[in-house]
Amino acid sequence: MKSKSTARAIPLVRVGINIRSLSAKLKSYSPAFMFMSPAVILVMLFYFLPVIVTLWISTTDMSVATFRGYRMIGLANYIRMLTSRWTPRILKNTAFYVIMTLTCFNVGMALVLALLTTHINKKVGMLFRALWLLPRITPSVIYALLWIWATADAPFGIINQLISPLGVEPRNWMMKTPWAVIILANGFVGASFGMIIFTSAIESILPDYLMAAKVDGASTLQTIRYVILPMIKWPILFVLSYQTLSLLASYEYILLLTNGGPGFYTTEVWSLYAFHLALSNYFGNVQFGYGAALAAVLVVIGIITSVIYLKVFRFRELVAEPKIEAL
Amino acid sequence: MIAKGLRRSIPYIVLTVLTLPIVIFYGWLLVSSFATRMHGIRPLGFTLENWRFLAGWGEAWHRDFPSIWMATLNTLIFAAVVTMAEVSVSAAAGYALSRLRFPGRRNFLGLTLVLHGFPGVSLLIAIFFILRFMKLYDTMLGVILVKMSMDLPFGIWIMKGFFDTVSWDIEMSALIDGCSRLRTWLQIVLPLIRPGVAALSIFCFLSGWQEFLLPYIFTLSFNNWTLSVLLKRLIGDFRFVDYGLVTAVGLFYMMPVVIFYAFTQQYLLSIYTGGMKGGA
Repeated sequence: MKSKSTARAIPLVRVGINIRSLSAKLKSYSPAFMFMSPAVILVMLFYFLPVIVTLWISTTDMSVATFRGYRMIGLANYIRMLTSRWTPRILKNTAFYVIMTLTCFNVGMALVLALLTTHINKKVGMLFRALWLLPRITPSVIYALLWIWATADAPFGIINQLISPLGVEPRNWMMKTPWAVIILANGFVGASFGMIIFTSAIESILPDYLMAAKVDGASTLQTIRYVILPMIKWPILFVLSYQTLSLLASYEYILLLTNGGPGFYTTEVWSLYAFHLALSNYFGNVQFGYGAALAAVLVVIGIITSVIYLKVFRFRELVAEPKIEAL
Repeated sequence: MIAKGLRRSIPYIVLTVLTLPIVIFYGWLLVSSFATRMHGIRPLGFTLENWRFLAGWGEAWHRDFPSIWMATLNTLIFAAVVTMAEVSVSAAAGYALSRLRFPGRRNFLGLTLVLHGFPGVSLLIAIFFILRFMKLYDTMLGVILVKMSMDLPFGIWIMKGFFDTVSWDIEMSALIDGCSRLRTWLQIVLPLIRPGVAALSIFCFLSGWQEFLLPYIFTLSFNNWTLSVLLKRLIGDFRFVDYGLVTAVGLFYMMPVVIFYAFTQQYLLSIYTGGMKGGA
């Protein structure tokens, strides 16, 4: 008896000390715990869990037909993805969409707007920037409606009304040139993001540099090319990478404007395809498994790109130790 | 002299040309809601009939659709609850990340930045299943939770940025005087960043007000429709659309946004730039 109790006593004493310091430590973290738990729970629930669920569903053949009795089919969905006759077209659509919108508008137009509005009267510049923010803050349904109307057939469409006096035959531009409309529509929204960032970057350039350039006799264009642009290199890179990812995954406007048409997959991009397969009754039998596989590809690309972009944009500097913890 | 004047006005001209589509589009929106029919940007007649939907139910409005006030209420509740929930969760987490030291802090911070640029929409399929499992599909609560969580990384990052700007002298003296962390946060630090909280709240409200994809996917029944879903269903297949009615409803939907925007532009712009400070 005695030996047993002493034998038990010693480890207990040791454990007791550990428990005490551990609980003291835990207690000191309890305010942090309290503050962080809602955010952590929500992020777990709606970011981490869905990633796992997406990957998991992509290995099944779940669809409306097989909802009760779905089977695990491993990588069959992915193989189907690689061999489907639609995949090359959808890939081409996605690449075209992202590259065109990015270069022409999200970065291109944004730069043009930022440069223009910072070289004129400040108030007028702000007015123009405010106007360009309008597409971004308009509810997407309304914005799509505006474009649908603008491109409608004569005598309703605005575009037709404006250019038919010039001799161009009126037509429904959405049907005829869906890509142009989609790129324009997304571009007008996307440009405002870059515009704001570039504007604030340009405005934070020390006027000394610009003054020095002027004194040396540089014209405005030369100043822009040799002084301003190199100095906003990082914001440009940032917008480029951020918008690439966001364009890859965006399909809201395309959904509202052409819904992937006209016809079969004319303007269907990867993310829209996944959405159609899994969440809308497009072809009758909603295919969760295949749709999830398509989405999984996007998710993986998203994660990889985000991590890279995190590393490139100097994460270390942003995570400095907090100034004050337990007192 | 003329050449110089011409050269100076080039930016103005270019900008006007580029911005013209926007002006025309929104002008059309306004005019069309008061017109019987529009030929391009030329109205054919003035009418107030398009605004009949304000009356609510009945043949006057639309046989198959719920009263617009129901949808408006839904949109309002959605935006308001999302804002309150998101601001409070972001403020709490932002404070902890800015001030406290706890295991996993750096990781969570990195996570926030990663998720910030991550396309949340690609997870919607999985979230569909998760909501169904939690029996939150086709409920306001479900959509609110999803919307909130989608914007959480952004909100946390913004809040942390604001908290970082607060000097900790006041806070330190409060803590020395025995104030608990919770009280310090609520009564001392938060009031100091009121502009930041206001900015985030406005941003969240506007973002919630105009949300379309999430309510569209995650709700089914009439009673849960928001204005955006209502509008989409109204437009339907884009064939035989009563443009007058649709633009009137659209204008009605957009008005709070424009009003907010006109008065709080400063705040909104500070959010857009403030959030990106980390990147440049």
